[in-house]
Amino acid sequence: MIKSLLFVGVGGQGIILASKILTEGLVKYGYDVKMSEVHGMAQRGGSVTTQVRFGEKVYSPLIGDGEADVIVSFEKLEAARWIKYLKKGGTLVVNDYEIYPQSVLVGQETYPDNIIEKLKKTVENVVVFNAAQVAENLGNIKAQNIVLLGALIKALGVENLDWEAVIKENLPAKMHELNINALKEGMKLSK
Amino acid sequence: MKKIMTGNEAIARGVFEAGCTVAAAYPGTPSTEILENVALYDGIYAEWSPNEKVAFEVAAGASIAGARALTAMKHVGLNVAADPLFTMAYEGVNGGFVVVSADDPGMHSSQNEQDNRLYAQHAKVAMIEPSDSQECKDYIKIAYEISEQFDTLVLFRITTRIAHSKSIVELGDRVEVGVKEYKKDIKKYVMIPGHARVKHVEVEERLKKLQEYSNNTPLNRIEMGDTKIGIITSGVSYQYAKEVFGENASYLKLGFTFPLPDKLIKEFASMVDKLYIIEENEPYIETFVKAMGIECTGKELIPICGELNPDIIRKALLGTGEKELYNVEINVPNRPPVLCPGCPHRGIFYAVSKHKDIIATGDIGCYTLGMMPPLNVTDTVIDMGAGISAAIGFEKAAMMGGRKNKIFGFVGDSTFFHSGITGLVDAVYNNSPIVSVILDNSITGMTGHQENPGTGKTLKGDIAPVIDILGIVKAVGIKEENIRVVDPYKLDETEKAVKDAYNATEPFVIITKQPCALLKDVMKKRAGKYVKINQDKCKKCKACLRVGCPAISNRNGMITIDKDMCNQCTVCMQVCKFDAMEKVGE
Repeated sequence: MIKSLLFVGVGGQGIILASKILTEGLVKYGYDVKMSEVHGMAQRGGSVTTQVRFGEKVYSPLIGDGEADVIVSFEKLEAARWIKYLKKGGTLVVNDYEIYPQSVLVGQETYPDNIIEKLKKTVENVVVFNAAQVAENLGNIKAQNIVLLGALIKALGVENLDWEAVIKENLPAKMHELNINALKEGMKLSK
Repeated sequence: MKKIMTGNEAIARGVFEAGCTVAAAYPGTPSTEILENVALYDGIYAEWSPNEKVAFEVAAGASIAGARALTAMKHVGLNVAADPLFTMAYEGVNGGFVVVSADDPGMHSSQNEQDNRLYAQHAKVAMIEPSDSQECKDYIKIAYEISEQFDTLVLFRITTRIAHSKSIVELGDRVEVGVKEYKKDIKKYVMIPGHARVKHVEVEERLKKLQEYSNNTPLNRIEMGDTKIGIITSGVSYQYAKEVFGENASYLKLGFTFPLPDKLIKEFASMVDKLYIIEENEPYIETFVKAMGIECTGKELIPICGELNPDIIRKALLGTGEKELYNVEINVPNRPPVLCPGCPHRGIFYAVSKHKDIIATGDIGCYTLGMMPPLNVTDTVIDMGAGISAAIGFEKAAMMGGRKNKIFGFVGDSTFFHSGITGLVDAVYNNSPIVSVILDNSITGMTGHQENPGTGKTLKGDIAPVIDILGIVKAVGIKEENIRVVDPYKLDETEKAVKDAYNATEPFVIITKQPCALLKDVMKKRAGKYVKINQDKCKKCKACLRVGCPAISNRNGMITIDKDMCNQCTVCMQVCKFDAMEKVGE
């Protein structure tokens, strides 16, 4: 059984790092894993996605419309942008957090209202929380990616691996405590 | 040992294991990480060259000298290096020579979609295409063997999904092959017409041998499943095809794709009822198969434009895959890339945007984004270097047509070294009164911070001489009085320079100097500093929004600055007429 995941959000939110940690952990579990990332045109500000697929044997690193078992959206507008990739009955994990696109910043377009409500109305399985707030409470908003990763790990049922070790292998020592706490908080949130 | 690696990391590993000793490249997505990773291994000289042609020639020289050599570039980079490519096809190799072309189907970060498999056919060199990271590593080693066995450079063609996808790789050890003896052989290495005529005949002979090899190499393999459907495919398309058809089809998986294996294809075609060719972009394999008189289906059903995925193949070939999708009624605004908060390019583009009659020829780099609203400056983007040279053509045409627009051409520091210099030489030589704006942010920005000849460091992190852009500009012949070096964070100074340039009647150069705001040292220096809007003084005139900074927003009529994003570049402060901005964290 192959599982397909989509991480979506905005450049600078730590999406690629979160998918990297997940990927390395899944390899330790013994899965065949493929991960694909899209580098946008700029360092920051653009829409960013990564895809992770794992199972006994994985061929394609890419999925198409309606094929993601789980979408983790680091920003709520991006959840709406990518929703057509979600498989019917799949799970949507959303960070209740806004980053305005440039057109909205300057007032040319408006940031849509009630995104979460609208998503909940259509998608059966939605997990929502403010990962940015959780991370800020833990000491640094930048750890929001690991909070979301924790929630995903729980949702996938792969929480029994030593994820703390994987985090330690991928982050500098001074970031360990913050991110391990972030992971634990994230796991609690998807219960 | 097993490791999860991107294709680029795996190529670097393969290069290391193959005993390569010289590697050169110019950064370009999706190829950049190949050399970044090669540089991490001891025993390989690795450099960033000023452009792909130079990188190619460095590697070619190393190969002739006897080293196993590598050069890597994105697809459009191979256009820059096409000149030496075609002649090195004649000269052949001494140490094995592998050229990586990283194509970008779907144009995730490129100005065109270009299938560089056609280059192998055009230049008449062997070509290999891996399908995942493991094959990236294994095939690179085989590529070196083929290169030395057949005296040919090998084009190693990957795509974005190979370059930037991770999969599991079994690591091996490095084989030290050393540097072969070099023997002077001008008939092989000096391509005067008399030698080249002989060589061309040899190249044609070599192609016959390579085709024989192609029919027999395990790089091209048949995987039998159900024989009702047969699929010929290569690269990442093989993975998509397997995903869709699994055991319900038979496959001819091609890893060695120029010359294509005619006998093997004929054999495979005779074993299956219906033959499909599954490939991204050009009908490269399909054209060959059809020319052999074999009936097959490919581009009739599979799109030429864009990147493939299993879903597209399923719909195209099986007519299934139509499924019910979630659809949420939300009008989602686009989120295009933007110049970062504190980006030094903002100041100069803002200054130029005030002159509505300026034509701006742009270039490839972060400053391509000078086209985006609200700045709306850039008129054209063609390729690296055209920021200056297209300006010359634009100016000449305007002159011939009796128009009087002032033309500003933009290049970055890395782009200036890449191919901006020659444009500037032309501007002086042919007396074109354009303004060349060199945006020196002391790094190659868009590809993710690679060193270049102006940064004072090499790819390996060693200290290097800083090549002085101002010195070059003077040496090329721009007069002292026609040069301005400005700090783009200082709007007065920048606007004055733009005005002087606007009024100039001779070739003029503005150099903006301010390091990229995302450089580690810069971020450290500006940490905790930001600009705050004093809401009592703010008249909501929205002038600050016109600089297009992502840190400044208009939330229901209230203008605010995000303190986490802002790094106190102060450009917005200088635009505010009501003194409503305050520095915090000084």
